[in-house]
Amino acid sequence: MRIVVCLKVVPRPEEVKVNLESKTLDRAGARSVLNPADVNALETALAFRDTVGGKVTVLSMGPPQFEPYLRVAPAVGADEAVLLSDRAFGGADTLATSYTLATAIGKIGGADLIVCGEESSDGGTSQVPPSIAEWLDASQATYVERIVSGKSAATVLATRVLENGKETVELDLPAVVSVVVGANEPRFIDYDRWAFAQSASVKVLDFAALGGDPQYLGLKGSPTTVAGLREVRKPGRRREVLTVTADDAAARIKAEIERAGLVRN
Amino acid sequence: MTGANDGGCWVYAERQGDSFLSVSLELLGKARELADRLGGELTALTVGGNSGAGAPLRRYGPDHVLELTHPLLATYDAKAYATAIGAELSKSKPSALLLGATRNGQDLAGRLAVRMRTGLTAHVTGIELDDRQNLVGWVPGFGGGIEAGVSCPVRRPQMVTVRPGVFPLPEGRTPTGDVREVVPELSEKDLGSRRVSFEVKGSSVDLTRAGVIVVGGRGTGGDFTRLEKLARLLGGEVGATRIATDAGWVERDRMIGQTGVITHPKLVLVLGASGAVQFTVGIDRASTVVAVNRDPSAPIFDHADLGIVGDLGPVVDSLLRALEA
Repeated sequence: MRIVVCLKVVPRPEEVKVNLESKTLDRAGARSVLNPADVNALETALAFRDTVGGKVTVLSMGPPQFEPYLRVAPAVGADEAVLLSDRAFGGADTLATSYTLATAIGKIGGADLIVCGEESSDGGTSQVPPSIAEWLDASQATYVERIVSGKSAATVLATRVLENGKETVELDLPAVVSVVVGANEPRFIDYDRWAFAQSASVKVLDFAALGGDPQYLGLKGSPTTVAGLREVRKPGRRREVLTVTADDAAARIKAEIERAGLVRN
Repeated sequence: MTGANDGGCWVYAERQGDSFLSVSLELLGKARELADRLGGELTALTVGGNSGAGAPLRRYGPDHVLELTHPLLATYDAKAYATAIGAELSKSKPSALLLGATRNGQDLAGRLAVRMRTGLTAHVTGIELDDRQNLVGWVPGFGGGIEAGVSCPVRRPQMVTVRPGVFPLPEGRTPTGDVREVVPELSEKDLGSRRVSFEVKGSSVDLTRAGVIVVGGRGTGGDFTRLEKLARLLGGEVGATRIATDAGWVERDRMIGQTGVITHPKLVLVLGASGAVQFTVGIDRASTVVAVNRDPSAPIFDHADLGIVGDLGPVVDSLLRALEA
């Protein structure tokens, strides 16, 4: 089984600053982490490979300084790490991002199963996994908490967490699966693997190495545009802020509840 | 397809069993307004296994109801649904397609946007028109208190997903519009997946309809027992921030905010949540907001009528005593 895991390196949201004049996000001062749901995706992929055999490749897109983050993957048992890095990929929305990732999956030899996190903690759109599936003409199952082998080698069984219950589907391969955050307990990095990971190489692919149709890449391939940034309209609140004893606080809150007409006497 | 705006608005009306999700009806209300301003028509699109299911949508003001029916569409599969819907979009070339940001709605939207080679704006909390009559979807973002307006000026349809509760639920009216049924050409090979089983969740909650909500965040440390008691006493429901649901303290369907639900209660008590904008968009439509937080500079106090600076535990205990007295 050839498995590709898409990993995103995201800034810690609380450390990103917004420049309202230039309408840009300043991520320079923010530290980065692996997107939480993607860590669950990686664990899902490793556990499935350990059961059925095969190879796990992690794939990410971003500037060369993301490379050290990808070393976490070989340190926990991934077989290969690939970073897509080129200015031509920059400024991509979900259409262009999914095209670039899908093209890279083809370039590195294709995959039977592509595992992503349900959504990124920064963009948060959850659109990239189903979009990759369409570019590759693969089937898809999003918001998955569990994958097991199917009746034949051409399928897997995936359990999706939906609003009103859990749906298990027989999913034809090749397929894209997105994994819900917290679906599993990611494995620890052991010392030997960590030492190995320091020497493991992350393969970097630029535009020349990737190929692909430039009309679908980066800013040019992104039909959406940020038309404006503004402060969220603050509701007309009283904004009365008190530092009082717990009992006084409770009395004030109770008065507020009564004012809202909610206490049943 | 280029940036014309006279092709009309489509709404994907999602079914759960025999009924339509309220987020789909909310979108029909908003899309009616957008279609009128754009001088176009409103089409409600529904997909399923049997014909006749779309008729109830006529009560929400469409010019047309389009039913795509086929036995292979009886349960949701992204590939087959995208094939069936994509063919109709290519034929009719609407200017916009709105979908509820439910799990299956998002699953479908991501696939369809690529099929149509168009732009998709996810989880918006407002839709406006710019001066060229393009849709601008407002998305709360980073950095506290900032939202981004995202548009798709050059491709059609403009696709947008919207969380439940963003727009008001319209009242059902005298039925309007015609119902047209299309049976797409599909075969087994168009399916990417087949449902094997479905385990219905025992209870589910709809916070968009709650009158009182007691919300817990990181500051609860994961103990929601007293919040549940408080909610019971007030005849309300427990809600949570993303941190609390991601940590598994509270079920996911109680998540409030941009990736959860947008609520409109009479009263919301926010306990131990700092007030990130992705959360506050979910409570800003409440009539009254009361917040308790240890940090006097927490942004939540800007979104509250009454703010209490202090530790949660003692305040909640006192409040429980006062309400039970």
